[in-house]
Amino acid sequence: MMNDTARALRRLALEVGYSLRGFFEHFGAGQLFLVRIIVNMPYALARPGLIIKQVYVTGVLSLVVIMLAGFFVGMVLALQGFLTLSRFGAEDTIGMVAALGLVRELGPVVTALLFAGRAGTALSSEIGLMRATDQLSGMEMMAVDPIKRIIVPRFLGGVIAMPILAVIFSAMGIFGAWLEGVIILGVDEGAFWSQMQAQVDLREDVMSGVIKSIFFGIAASLLAVYEGYNCVPTAEGVGRATTRAVVNTSLTVLVLNFMLTAWLLGGK
Amino acid sequence: MTSAGSKSPSRTASSGCASDDSILVIRDLAYARGQNRIFDGLNIDIRRGAVTAVMGPSGTGKTTLLRLVTGQELPDQGSILFDGEDVARMSRRQLFKMRKRVGMLFQNGALLTDLNVYENVAFPLREHTKLPERLIRHIVLTKLHAVGLRGAWQLMPSQLSGGMARRVALARAIVMDPEIIYYDEPFVGLDPISMGVVVRLIRRMNDALGLTSVVVTHDVDEVSSIADCTFLLSEGRVVASGTPEDLRDHHSETVVQFMTGMADGPVPFHYPAPDYGEQLLAGGDQ
Repeated sequence: MMNDTARALRRLALEVGYSLRGFFEHFGAGQLFLVRIIVNMPYALARPGLIIKQVYVTGVLSLVVIMLAGFFVGMVLALQGFLTLSRFGAEDTIGMVAALGLVRELGPVVTALLFAGRAGTALSSEIGLMRATDQLSGMEMMAVDPIKRIIVPRFLGGVIAMPILAVIFSAMGIFGAWLEGVIILGVDEGAFWSQMQAQVDLREDVMSGVIKSIFFGIAASLLAVYEGYNCVPTAEGVGRATTRAVVNTSLTVLVLNFMLTAWLLGGK
Repeated sequence: MTSAGSKSPSRTASSGCASDDSILVIRDLAYARGQNRIFDGLNIDIRRGAVTAVMGPSGTGKTTLLRLVTGQELPDQGSILFDGEDVARMSRRQLFKMRKRVGMLFQNGALLTDLNVYENVAFPLREHTKLPERLIRHIVLTKLHAVGLRGAWQLMPSQLSGGMARRVALARAIVMDPEIIYYDEPFVGLDPISMGVVVRLIRRMNDALGLTSVVVTHDVDEVSSIADCTFLLSEGRVVASGTPEDLRDHHSETVVQFMTGMADGPVPFHYPAPDYGEQLLAGGDQ
């Protein structure tokens, strides 16, 4: 009996050990991949057309999803805020509550999660398919480094698009909150905007959201291009890489959000 | 085995494998993937200016050989000398320098799917030269004309048939005027017309542009009509070499089985398995 328990514990310890080793291997490989991206950046920066195209693919093509999501999140915030705040007679502050929630937390985080689902999957699967159809090998055979030509522009495109999308998400959210709060629920419009103007600080609130979304942009874009570039070159491999990109990005964004929030609030 | 004379009018006068002027020399090459030993003491000389066929049954490592000679993989042992320089010892910068002198045609063409035909062929020129757009246009249209696809310059890769994609890839492979072109299974999945076109193009390009061509394939008849020299691989080494005629007259069982397409022989029809009767009677999980 004791032997069985000891064996089971040993197996469990081994499995945990293997999982941890795998995690740290990927973590290290990801860091090295980021270094390769940074080293190769001058090439892509000298060809802005490649980056602009990727900002369009990852950013502009994600606009509808981001705007719709932001609009409805803003409406829900206003509705929930109204129901709660009206108990204390503070329903006039819903503009401020919605704006703070959006620019500090929901804007960057939900945008990053949507980005992972929409643009991240597109990046991973595109690069994975390029791997599976020998396009990356073909490029290497033409003496062109795929990191320079394919990975860096896509990475930079995502990093640039993310904060812009987060700002648009928050703006649409505030519009949704105004529509729900002022037009539908009848909150005073002057109070709605003046409370927001008085309580939302550009540097502390808006910029902290933008800083977060820059970090999320780096994490989401890096994970998407890393998984696509290192996928097993088969249909199943591309599928797995795409799934891993979404799952890992979502978890990373949530963990990173806590760390960044703690850091940004650290001075208080 | 040396210049046995070519019966095919399309081959060069100096057919055969022996040469004092080899552009690629492979010596004692050993390479394993996990427990699977793919090459073990492989020796091959590729004669400059010739069309050389590397044949062998599926799974003998023909494509792996191309990956090794182009530095995409590193051998466990042995040397691969490209124009006297060991590919395995090259730095990444040296590898890229070497690859500018090399063209490669992948099995599926490997065209960049977000670029049209014209941009695909122009891609190496744009990356490696600062030529004016007018000259790039001139070169690209010349290469596309050579493969018969000048009229298809606007098409996207998704609009091309398999044969057309391979011809575009060939135009791209020769656009930098390489010294050697590696063809990875160039005839797979092509209809007879497309196959005939690709076969003729390989020979014509080789002679007209003064190239060296290495064709990795298992299509005996097609490659026999254009190859000056043929190497037959099996179990990690060269089992026969010479002109296609030499191989046809070869007495080795392995060579006869491959050249005549026999189902059973040294390469068995059945994958290793336990006794058929015992397995049927055993039931259960087997």
